[in-house]
Formats: sequence, C-alpha cells, structure tokens
Amino acid sequence: MQHASVAPLLQIRDLRVRLQSIHGPIEIVRGIDLDVGRGEILGLVGESGCGKSISWLAVLRVLGRQATTTGTVLFEGRNLLDVTEKEMAAYRGRRLAMIVQDATSSLNPIHTIGFQLAETLVHHRRIGWSSARTEAKRLLDRVKIPGAERRLGQYPHELSGGTNQRVAIAMALSGNPDLLIADEPTTALDVTVQAQILELLQEIRRDSGMSIVLISHDLGVVCETSDRIAVMYAGRLAEMAPSSDFWRSARHPYTRGLLDAAPDIDEPIGRLRAIPGQVPAPSETSRGCAFQARCGVALPSCSVETPAMTPVAKHHSVACLRSPSCGREIVQVPREVTACHPF
Amino acid sequence: MPSFLEVQGLTKHFSVRSGAGLFSPRIPLKAVDDVSFSLKKGETLGVVGESGCGKSTTGRLVLGMMAPTHGSILLDGTAVHTRHDAVWRAQRQRMQMVYQDPVSFLDRRLPVGRQVMEPLTVHSIGSSVAERREKAEALFSVVGLRPDQFASYPHELSGGQRQRVILARALVLDPELLVCDEPVSALDVSVGAQVVNLLKDVQLSRGLTYLFISHDLKIVRQVADRVIVMYLGRIVEEAATQELFQQPVHPYTRALMSAVPSLKPHPQRRLSIQGSPPNPMQVPNGCVFHPRCPRASKLCQTERPELRNIAANRSVACHHPEDTTVSSPRKLETI
Repeated sequence: MQHASVAPLLQIRDLRVRLQSIHGPIEIVRGIDLDVGRGEILGLVGESGCGKSISWLAVLRVLGRQATTTGTVLFEGRNLLDVTEKEMAAYRGRRLAMIVQDATSSLNPIHTIGFQLAETLVHHRRIGWSSARTEAKRLLDRVKIPGAERRLGQYPHELSGGTNQRVAIAMALSGNPDLLIADEPTTALDVTVQAQILELLQEIRRDSGMSIVLISHDLGVVCETSDRIAVMYAGRLAEMAPSSDFWRSARHPYTRGLLDAAPDIDEPIGRLRAIPGQVPAPSETSRGCAFQARCGVALPSCSVETPAMTPVAKHHSVACLRSPSCGREIVQVPREVTACHPF
Repeated sequence: MPSFLEVQGLTKHFSVRSGAGLFSPRIPLKAVDDVSFSLKKGETLGVVGESGCGKSTTGRLVLGMMAPTHGSILLDGTAVHTRHDAVWRAQRQRMQMVYQDPVSFLDRRLPVGRQVMEPLTVHSIGSSVAERREKAEALFSVVGLRPDQFASYPHELSGGQRQRVILARALVLDPELLVCDEPVSALDVSVGAQVVNLLKDVQLSRGLTYLFISHDLKIVRQVADRVIVMYLGRIVEEAATQELFQQPVHPYTRALMSAVPSLKPHPQRRLSIQGSPPNPMQVPNGCVFHPRCPRASKLCQTERPELRNIAANRSVACHHPEDTTVSSPRKLETI
C-alpha cells in the first residue's frame, strides 16, 4: 500500500454522471472522491446499478453523448475530463486500459487472437507487424497461456472463457498502461479459474507496478486481491477501508449487511441475515442517506442529512451519520472464528 | 424411511459433431455418466460443480424433461415418465423447477399474476378463473409479493421480485419436489439472501424436497443437508454438508473449496489447481480429474476410480483421497 506517501496516480474529485432519459436527467454517480495509488490494487464493490462500472466508463470518457460527466479526474496533473478527444484517445489503452466481464464477447469473433493482439500492438506501440506478432506471443506467455504459438492462430470461440479472459488481459497490457481497470473480470468464470485469474492480476501488479482497479460485486474476490476496498451504494461511496481485516473493521451498516448476507465458507450455518428491501432505482432520488430505508440503525436525521465520507481510522472512512458520534453501536464484530480454513 | 427420489445409474449421452465441419462424424458427449443418488422427503440435496459438469442436465433428467440414455429415476416408487403424455403431466404436478434467470423464463407480455395462474389452467385445477386467481393470490403473499403486483409486468419488478414470481409459479401446483437450478445466481448478494431464506421457509412450512443445483458453495452450504460434487458428468464425492465442508476428501472438492474467495486472511496459501475444466467431448482416460490433480499417480491415468463408501453416508471416487483417517486402497505412487 503506497497510497499515503507518494502522490496518487489518479485523483477523482466530485465525479458526477448524469444520464438523459425520457423522464429527464438521472444522476447515476452522485459525487465520488477517490484516489488510486501507484502500484495499488483498489477494489470497488457494490450491487448492480450502484454506479461502479459507470463511474470508470466516465473516467475513460466512453459513455457517449447522452451522459454528462462533471467533476475532476486528475491524472499526472491533467484533468482527463477537460482534455481534447484526440488527447484522450492517446490515454486510452496506453495509459488507462480496461478489461470487461465477458471477454469472449469483447473479442472480435472473426479474427484470430494473434491478429487482434498484433493489431493492438501496432496501434499502441507503432511497431511493424512481424515484430508485433513476436510481441503478441510474449504477451500470451506473460498471461500464462500454454502453447502460445498455437493459440495465436486460433479464434475466440475455440478457447475457453478463462483463456479468453487471459487474452483480454494480454491485450490490455499491450499498451503498458499505468492503470488497469478490471470490471468484473471473473464473474463469468468458474471458481477454480477465477482463482487463477486473480492470482495473475496480482502477479502483474507485482512485476510491473501497475495500478489496478478491480470492480466486483463479490466482497470475497475484492478482499483477497486488493489493498483497499471502496464500497459503493446508490451512486455514492459508503465506505473505504484497507482490505486486511476488512471483515472485522467494516462499520457502515450496508457493508456489514453485505458481509452478513453472504457468510464465508467457515461461518456458522443458519438463517441468512438478508438486508431487507432492495437497491433503490437510480431515478428514485430521496433526501438524506440512500441506505436509510433498508438500514436497521437509521436515525431520524438520516432522512434529512446526506452523510459525507468521514475518516474514522487510518485509511478508513465511512459515510454514515452514526459513525463518528457513536461508531461503536453499529460495529457488530462477528463471532470469533477459530479455524479459518479446514485445511 | 424410504427415499422419495431414487436415481440409479443415470446416464445421458448427447450426440454431437466431433469437429467443426458439417459432415464430421458424430460422437457421444457424456453429459451425465452413471450418477446415482437418493433423496428423502423434506431433504435438500445440493449439487455443485463447475460449468459443464452435468449438474443442470441431471436436474432436467430428474424432471423427465428428456429421456436418459441409461438409468432409472423413481419418484415415490414410480418411474418418472419421459414421454410427454398425460401420465407425465400428472407427475409433473408433483415436481417443479425454479429457474436461474427470471427474465428469460417469464413471459414479457403477460402480467405476472396470470403467469402464476397458468399452471393451474394447464393442469385443469380449480373450477373457475376466480378460484384459480384466489389460489395464485394466496401464493403471492407466501412468497412476499404485494397483492397489487398481481397485474404487474415482469419489467416492472426487480430481480428479486421476479425470482419470487418464478417460485410462486412453481409452488402453485403444490409440488413435493422442487428442482432449483441456480436460483439466486442472477441476484445481488443482499437480495439473494432474502430468496434463500424464503426457500428455506417454504420448505419448512410445506415439507418440500429440494434438489438444489448451484455453483456457489457458500449458498449450497447454507441450504443443503447433503451435497454431491460433480466433475465431468460423474459424482466425485458425496457427503453430509457439515462433513463435506469440514473435511473434503476428494482433491477436486478441496480445490473447489479453497478457490472460494474468502474475506478472512488465509492461514496458508490457497491450493489452486491449474487448467480449466476440460471439454466434455474429450474426457480423459482413467480418473477424469487426473490431468489437473496434484495427487495423480500412474494408476489414475489408466483406471477409473469407482464411487465407494468410506464412512456412513459418505462416498468418494478417488484412488488417493486426502484423508489420513481413510486408508487408501492402494499405495500412493507418484509419477
């Protein structure tokens, strides 16, 4: 974790994304402040519709015309939201790269893996096609695809989902980006393959010092892989904390609810403590805390005042009115678990 | 207590083209290969495994949606029909399916209330529309939907509510067996937990028997009484949930469990297996798991381990199970 000492790689301040709909504009991302440190893996968790993917698509400026993005995204001293489209195109892929959930459908089905990789390399690094092909093979080796030479001539449909995700990662690495945004990279994969991909991401970070933003709905995935975890709810950040000891130190009622709703593989069996209600639709704008309708410990003031992110410990901040004053009350540390894993 | 559902030697082969060509010869794909299990009334049997292991096919076979290549399925002592005739329809009243993706299994152009009533019409239950409507409305409150949502269309409901509609539609015929195929996989964590709780409640109040198919070990552990682990169409391990999760014996089960991301710090590095689940068209010789198995020996390459009992209600298909209390039938010889 290097986010405290040196200047962060990317600084997001008050990021807001508004989408045009037939019922008028809908604010999907409602003011996010986020830093990504150099060489850091930042995990971003939230349920569907909370704006976790949209906010990063907004950073890359690929949302199209119906979306309005405001705020600042500082990358090496420049606000990415202000630069010209031509300059932004130079950032995409080379400085900031993204991999998406379903790699198989993000690859072009009518071209071979080798061609697609080489094409990206030619575009990003301005090298010749023959050297691009050698480089493509090296990239496939780097993401640990066995038999790279043979794979170069294969089409996406001939490869498994896990291998395609590796190809997508290789493609993202082709521009040597400083920041890799991985949007649910393992959601479509089996657990054993998921473990391999997560390990690969950590290895890439170790070897190249690349920063990674790992977006996922699975707290377990994020917790195992990242250094810091940011929890989003209804377009805002709810909590930000180091991932070590996260399951014990998390204190936002929503985070605790998420932890309780999906008990770990070594926790007692019983009735699941589900969070009542459902995620509010983005069009439902209510005053106060977005979570108060589902919150078990809501105060009367929660429906009036919108909580801001407030530091509660080192590198740990929470957006909850309950937290600074009487943080202890909402911290429900789960029962001590003796044996962590059966083996 | 006699078993309510008895599955013996269930096998399903699909005939598929061996290559990409239009005229390449057809070869059998063993989706389900010699699977046997039994279920007592009121019990939940979890079926876990990675994609392509045959768990969903098993569920469909149990419901008689297609004919097995070999093997028998007995529901309460009578064989499950696979010809879609009147006998099968009468049998299907007793067993229903809860699907994974509520969006594609609901009719977009029919109010959800009507969709819950539809099975009653199909099976000619209830003398009048009003009577059917009453029955369907009663179920709406059972699954936690508001009465005013009876006239809603699927797109007006949230994912969790749609899954409740699917459940209500399965329950409206008062079935005894529910095959739940990944019932909460498409839902958010907090909503998925609500649906899991609901499934448990309904089971208790109605004495339902569940065949619970899922790839999510965390959920299966919370729901199932017993679990079977499948790999490439075969059962590799079967045990009571508690025992299985405390001490997995098959190397595949262990790998599967250690791959589940955990929130707590690991005492030791996870044991990960390499490679991905192989193509079911190219099933390896010997033990189907041996190319990925850290304990594979020469024996595993040639001889397929049979599912054998290692304790009461516990069986494993492995030459070298990872348990010191279980004596390995043969000495472990590494390659």
